[in-house]
Amino acid sequence: MNMLSNTETGFADLLKNGQTLSQFRGDVIERTNTTGYYNGLEKLELRERDPIGYEKLFSKLRGGLVHARETAKKIAASPIVEQEGELCFTLYNAIGDCVLTSTGIIIHVGTMGAAIKYMIENNWEANPGIAPGDMFTNNDCAIGNVHPCDIATIVPIFHEGRLIGWVGGVTHVIDTGAVTPGSMSTGQTSRFGDGYMITCRKTGVNDTPLRDWLHESQRSVRTPKYWILDEKTRIAGCHMIRELVEEVIAADGIESYEKFCYEVIEEGRRGLMMRIKDMTIPGVYRKVAFVDVPYAHEDIGVSSKFAKLDSIMHSPCKMTIKQDGKWRLDFEGASRWGWHTFNAHQVAFTSGMWVMMCQTLVPTQRINDGAYFATEFRLPKGTWCNPDDRRTGHAYAWHFLVSGWSALWRGLSQAYFSRGYLEEVNAGNANTSNWLQGGGINQDGEIHAVNSFEASSCGTGACAVKDGLNHAAAIWNPEGDMGDIEIWEMAEPLLYLGRNVKANSGGYGKYRGGCGFETLRMVWNSQDWSMFFMGNGYMNSDWGLMGGYPSATGYRFEAHNTGLERRIANGEAIPLGADLDPGLHTYEQSIDATSLVKRDKQCMTTEDCYANHDLYLNYLRGGPGFGDPLDRDVKSIEKDLNELFLLPEFAAKVYAAVVTQNAKGVYTVDAAKTAARRAEFRKERIARSVPTREWMKEERARIISKHASTPVQHMFATSFALSEVFKNEFKTFWNLPADWDVLETELGVPSYGSKFRMDLSLMPDVRTIVQVEE
Amino acid sequence: MSTYNKEQVAHLAAGTLDWDTTFRMLQMPKDKARFSMYVEALQAKLTFPDRIVLPLGPHLYIVQSAKNKQWIVKCDCGHEFCGYKENWKLFANIYVRDTPEAMADVYPALMAPDTKWQVYREYYCPSCGTMHDVEAPTPWYPVIHDFEPDIETFYKEWVGMPLPERAA
Repeated sequence: MNMLSNTETGFADLLKNGQTLSQFRGDVIERTNTTGYYNGLEKLELRERDPIGYEKLFSKLRGGLVHARETAKKIAASPIVEQEGELCFTLYNAIGDCVLTSTGIIIHVGTMGAAIKYMIENNWEANPGIAPGDMFTNNDCAIGNVHPCDIATIVPIFHEGRLIGWVGGVTHVIDTGAVTPGSMSTGQTSRFGDGYMITCRKTGVNDTPLRDWLHESQRSVRTPKYWILDEKTRIAGCHMIRELVEEVIAADGIESYEKFCYEVIEEGRRGLMMRIKDMTIPGVYRKVAFVDVPYAHEDIGVSSKFAKLDSIMHSPCKMTIKQDGKWRLDFEGASRWGWHTFNAHQVAFTSGMWVMMCQTLVPTQRINDGAYFATEFRLPKGTWCNPDDRRTGHAYAWHFLVSGWSALWRGLSQAYFSRGYLEEVNAGNANTSNWLQGGGINQDGEIHAVNSFEASSCGTGACAVKDGLNHAAAIWNPEGDMGDIEIWEMAEPLLYLGRNVKANSGGYGKYRGGCGFETLRMVWNSQDWSMFFMGNGYMNSDWGLMGGYPSATGYRFEAHNTGLERRIANGEAIPLGADLDPGLHTYEQSIDATSLVKRDKQCMTTEDCYANHDLYLNYLRGGPGFGDPLDRDVKSIEKDLNELFLLPEFAAKVYAAVVTQNAKGVYTVDAAKTAARRAEFRKERIARSVPTREWMKEERARIISKHASTPVQHMFATSFALSEVFKNEFKTFWNLPADWDVLETELGVPSYGSKFRMDLSLMPDVRTIVQVEE
Repeated sequence: MSTYNKEQVAHLAAGTLDWDTTFRMLQMPKDKARFSMYVEALQAKLTFPDRIVLPLGPHLYIVQSAKNKQWIVKCDCGHEFCGYKENWKLFANIYVRDTPEAMADVYPALMAPDTKWQVYREYYCPSCGTMHDVEAPTPWYPVIHDFEPDIETFYKEWVGMPLPERAA
């Protein structure tokens, strides 16, 4: 009888078991859902039978992943990769669940897995085919990437002709060919300006990149030299890891390797639940975070008028820690996505979150998808963290993500504090900005783009037993490093006129948040140059904890037509060092009076021209504080004053410190007088405050009369439109009339996208991967 | 797992523990006995006889009232806010920084939030003036009920301690 072969049916039988990858993945999901154990693994047979062998397997693979990362990053020329370590390598099992990951930006524990799952569920095995030696490239934010500048190379791993897993490598490239230069630009309002977008494309065969890919990709970005070396970095790392897997299989056998690749995920699931029970307290925690989106300003020059509005990102989080150690993160009430680049795919959330958790709840080497399986995520469809429209821009999804996660720090830290693990308490994370970005023709006469990763070193949150660290780390890269001035000056046509700790930037408290830092840059030797700002200005995204204050917000300083070329030639004074007190306008005293200066709260701008000798202040934010500032010990205040971390005015106003300064300028805080002043200060607090319920009556009246700024009302309108639950809770709390509501249509601002939207899942022949409750 | 003695945990609570021990606490798996030692250390500093059930903040506790065994939220100055299931902030005093002038008392020029976008709500103890919390929401935002602990499960199942008696 004539029968169709696998070739004719398009069935590749990659697993050699008669199943498609999708069927096999479906079975794993079913076993997981039915039993509650990953892949039905109630018993970890290999681990129990041969615990030492299991650990040796773990060590070999994990060590190999880290080694590959450390080796491969030396290939890169981009300071983002080579200096800041913005890369990582991850090993997956055959269905794209993460087995182990390297150090680095482990955000990608699940993002590349989402790409693999997308290939599985959309039958890549039939077309374009998956074969030994293939390479796939992905940066598509609509299927799980965080932002387009994270380029992933994914390589399948075969054993005797059978697909047994995948390895992925990701680097943060310096430019993606978006509307404006830099890896995380602001000038676009949708995916269609977000830059070069690659959807799990086969970009190599026989371990060799395809020439059409090499030609197309390099001319699609502004920085081809960095791009191609990043590509070589990823390929080298992936191939090192593939060889490692082959060596491990040769030594330990395929059966043990494959068992390990599933058991270690179940072990990771149990590990997170165990740590939750060991470190936290069951119950319900409610926290919230916000981000300002000030797009109405004249310095936001976007192509779409409907994007020109001021709004606020709203990220409420109800964290429920359950009796069994599982936890649920519910973002009911979050605001809608918007016409900017700060939207996040659900996987960016569920995967990216572990880079934060590895710094607190899971500080182990065993980061894999097990933690995901111990977590229930609820990200309502249509919100900023799970958009329901395939047009959304994602270039700086981190802006919202890290702000949203600041609420998780506070929830977990409440648990640590109540349980007595004070050493683990962290009041939150800095808004990891400003982002100095731009491009043009650089000092070498080449088309160029920059994204200064000085933001890798912001202030950290205060602990319950110590201050936060100054200019230390960013939540998204636990290896925080601000980079060497000399390297940045080679990469950017910008000289340093100062690099100082930013006074008053850390949130006050018994223990203060870590201070950020500021660098004053002068454009030098460029031929045509543009830059822009990206950060928070009108709002804080963190809160402080248990009486601590949030960190300071951002502001911008830029100056044009400065006269610095003449001043330098004449040996006149020029701006140097810190902008110690922004209200004093110190820099302006050393540039021409006719200079054009922008010193304001508009910390979000789009590409604007800078001439040589123009100035740009890059201010990296501080972290939030812990505890009542009146509990801060006087010696710490004195130290902060003398190290220029705190202005004397605020030692008095916030800490109620009684300060004197001697002839040499050294500050001293008088302990006895401070104690007396603090007693008065507490009385003043009581005198100026009112019972909360009294104040609520006034606030209720303001709500009923719609007395609030447009961005505030817009935020509530988009949250209400997506969530009846949130709206009802709001109205119940304030005891509002039944017919009270806020609608976008009444606000007089553009509402394009508020009613009609189209999700990627509605495109023909597309199966999207959903990994959260929506 | 590392273990620590009562003196070390008391120093931790007071913020005077040496860094080597603090670092070991960070580095090593958590010590199961911490909670009981921590509560004991905090209890020793209180000037009233109520028993701590759960610490909520540096000066705020859920305690078992010595008078009637009810669980209440209480400041370490002795001020009683409310029952432990209620939101203590609704029983506190509040000061809202919702003007540029009020923000200028906290941050240098340009470094405070714009109060049209965000306000600070400072919650004070009405008796002693301790600032127990600072919220930083938009105007209109409901007062957040931050934490509803499942104390019964925590005591009985997670740390294996007898649950303090609670009067209805």
